[in-house]
Amino acid sequence: MALKVLVGCKRVIDYAVKIRIKPDKLGVVTEGVKHSMNPFDEIAVEEAVRMKEAKLVNEIIVVSCGPAQAMETIRTALAMGADRGIHVEIPLGQMDTFQPLHVSKVLAKLAEKEKVDIVMLGKLAIDDDANQTAQMTASLLDWPQGVFASKIDKTDAGLEIIREVDGGLETIRTTLPAVLSADLRLNEPRYATLPNIMKAKKKKVVKMKPADLGVDMAPRIQVVSVEDPPVREAGQTVSDVDDLVAKLKDKGFSSA
Amino acid sequence: AVMRGVPQLLSRARLVRAGFSASEPVLAVQAGILQPDKFTQTFVQIRGLKSSKVIYQAPLTAVDIADSGKQLKQELEAIVGPGNVSSGESVVLQHGQDEGPHPGKSPDIVVFPSSTGEVSEVCKICTRHNVPIIPYGTGTGLEGGISAVEGGVCVNVSKNMNKILQIHQEDFSAVVQPGISREMLNQEMRADGLWFPVDPGADASVCGMCATGASGTNAVRYGTMKENCLNLEVVLADGRIIHTAGIGSRPKKSSAGYNLTSLFLGSEGTLGIITSATICLHAIPESVAAAVVGFPTVQNAVDTVVMTLQCSVPMARMELLDEVQMKACNEYSGLSYPETPHLFLEFHGSESEVESQTETVRDIAADNEGGEFQWAVQQEDRTKLWTARHRAYYADIALRPGCRSLTTDVCVPVSALPDLVTATKADIAENGLIGPMVGHVGDGNFHTMLLFDPADPEEFRKCKEVANKMARSAIALGGTCTGEHGVGQGKMALLEEQFGKDGIDVMRQIKGALDPQQLMNPGKVFSRN
Repeated sequence: MALKVLVGCKRVIDYAVKIRIKPDKLGVVTEGVKHSMNPFDEIAVEEAVRMKEAKLVNEIIVVSCGPAQAMETIRTALAMGADRGIHVEIPLGQMDTFQPLHVSKVLAKLAEKEKVDIVMLGKLAIDDDANQTAQMTASLLDWPQGVFASKIDKTDAGLEIIREVDGGLETIRTTLPAVLSADLRLNEPRYATLPNIMKAKKKKVVKMKPADLGVDMAPRIQVVSVEDPPVREAGQTVSDVDDLVAKLKDKGFSSA
Repeated sequence: AVMRGVPQLLSRARLVRAGFSASEPVLAVQAGILQPDKFTQTFVQIRGLKSSKVIYQAPLTAVDIADSGKQLKQELEAIVGPGNVSSGESVVLQHGQDEGPHPGKSPDIVVFPSSTGEVSEVCKICTRHNVPIIPYGTGTGLEGGISAVEGGVCVNVSKNMNKILQIHQEDFSAVVQPGISREMLNQEMRADGLWFPVDPGADASVCGMCATGASGTNAVRYGTMKENCLNLEVVLADGRIIHTAGIGSRPKKSSAGYNLTSLFLGSEGTLGIITSATICLHAIPESVAAAVVGFPTVQNAVDTVVMTLQCSVPMARMELLDEVQMKACNEYSGLSYPETPHLFLEFHGSESEVESQTETVRDIAADNEGGEFQWAVQQEDRTKLWTARHRAYYADIALRPGCRSLTTDVCVPVSALPDLVTATKADIAENGLIGPMVGHVGDGNFHTMLLFDPADPEEFRKCKEVANKMARSAIALGGTCTGEHGVGQGKMALLEEQFGKDGIDVMRQIKGALDPQQLMNPGKVFSRN
């Protein structure tokens, strides 16, 4: 009965870093910049670990696609409680054209290969805000999807998932296997502790390339330009309420 | 006082320190009169009035007094850049007021240096102009420590100096600049299994925490700033840069030379400006559990604490909230705790250690009439359980919308706590005040939030009276008038009581040696004489 979970983790620029646009305006500066695990992926890993502690899951495989440094992200997930890792190597130069569709194809192939019951992802990555991978993976596998999950429970037939949607909360039931994506309020992830970081060094991580999984890496999307938002202009001081009202009228905010 | 031809910036500071009182009529003349001899004498001519007053000051450059204010600003701009010097109204206002109840005085100029070298040059300039220097971190203090009582230059070292310089994982230490706060540091290290546990409640600057000798809820297990600081880089008033434990030194212990680190820790900016701190890091605990338990009386709660400590349970957090505080928390956070004193507890360790610690304390609490023992392990559940404690301050302010709080801070030996708490509560009731109480009981340190209407000076006076009485009782019981917030302005008289004249005189002598012109944060900790 115990389930097998495949958790996807992405290495992204740390949320606290001030982003700078590259001079060629085709991307952002990543060299020498602090990176860490995508916060929604931390929540995904945490949920998988809790399911394992509740004995619903007996194996957690963490996968990350990226350059050599993606290993740090995998190790963090292992320190949080994942059992083993898969590093799908993408050379640094190809990272710009490596897109959600490719990730979905990789995850779909791995899900079949490893015979997992749940693919667990973060709802989106904070660098591209794409929010596509979970949905496309489910589609490729023809599995049900429970995305933006804020609560996940096991039922006899499969899973019951509460999703955060614009209007409130939606409860759905799915069969297994399924693809899930974690939203902010699913849980509060644990910190990796030193003893667990040390144990994680001994856990197995297998390396492979997208070609090994038969995934074609040709990009489908071309980034045309990346620009800063407009610089904030100085405000105007108004002398009194009449002045304010006059200015609002000038700018078309008041029809009176 | 009518002062013409003399820029306000310098006249106020200079004339006050020269001994003129504010009500003394003075007319000072410009230029041409300054031929200071080598040592310090300057003679200000009074036009049309007879005066024999002679002012002794630090050596002046032979410069037109009327231009001195402008000159000071120009010299500062030359060091830090024109964009980093401001005397704008809102800027100086913000830099003179901290989060305490005392109205602060604005400095004349605020500078934002970007390096220790710039801080040093700024101090040299201020020394030459004989202008006070007030260091500024995050302005989250509670005792008016940044108020520029004699005007002067506020040196904001956190805006541009905000790097984590080094993290040494295997040595459990880090070197940070003043712009790094506790939360920023912990976010940076979160994936490395390390954390900096001194938590004063506000997201304060780590170097600011060094300056006030800060502490927090974790002190019972992890210590205060004094136990977690290995070395400080300090800029003195004359611009000299020193390293209190040795240049680049960060061993766990040392017997080399005088303990200058201890001297500057808690000196509240009166001896120098801290421009970087080497601090101790700790391992994030493998397992954390939180618990809450209520008691019929404060005595029961404190007895539980004393017995727990005597059983050598390595408690990470032990917080006491009295019944007034619990009521406030219930109302503010929509909780339903019984309105009796409660202990909020946290246990750190391996899973088995935490389990056994929790069991031990559960039993001790039950032996002391403890009520229901609620506990949690999961992160969100622990957060929920501790909500009452985390939001205590806001819950207090919500008791009387529009009020402000005089937050007291005394620390006594743990055995003396129940008596002091009981006496204090009686005093608060007698004066008709509202004063919820929160205590770091493991350290014998507690705070009362005495609420007052800012428009009612009589109520504020009563609060001050209660606070002073509490501090005096604490001193008499073998404690201290301030456990963690510092002396600032409000407790200077109490410091004299605690140390006696000789003790304070030694402090004065040390200050006189390091800051002969009395420029470093004047009007704080102790008076000039």
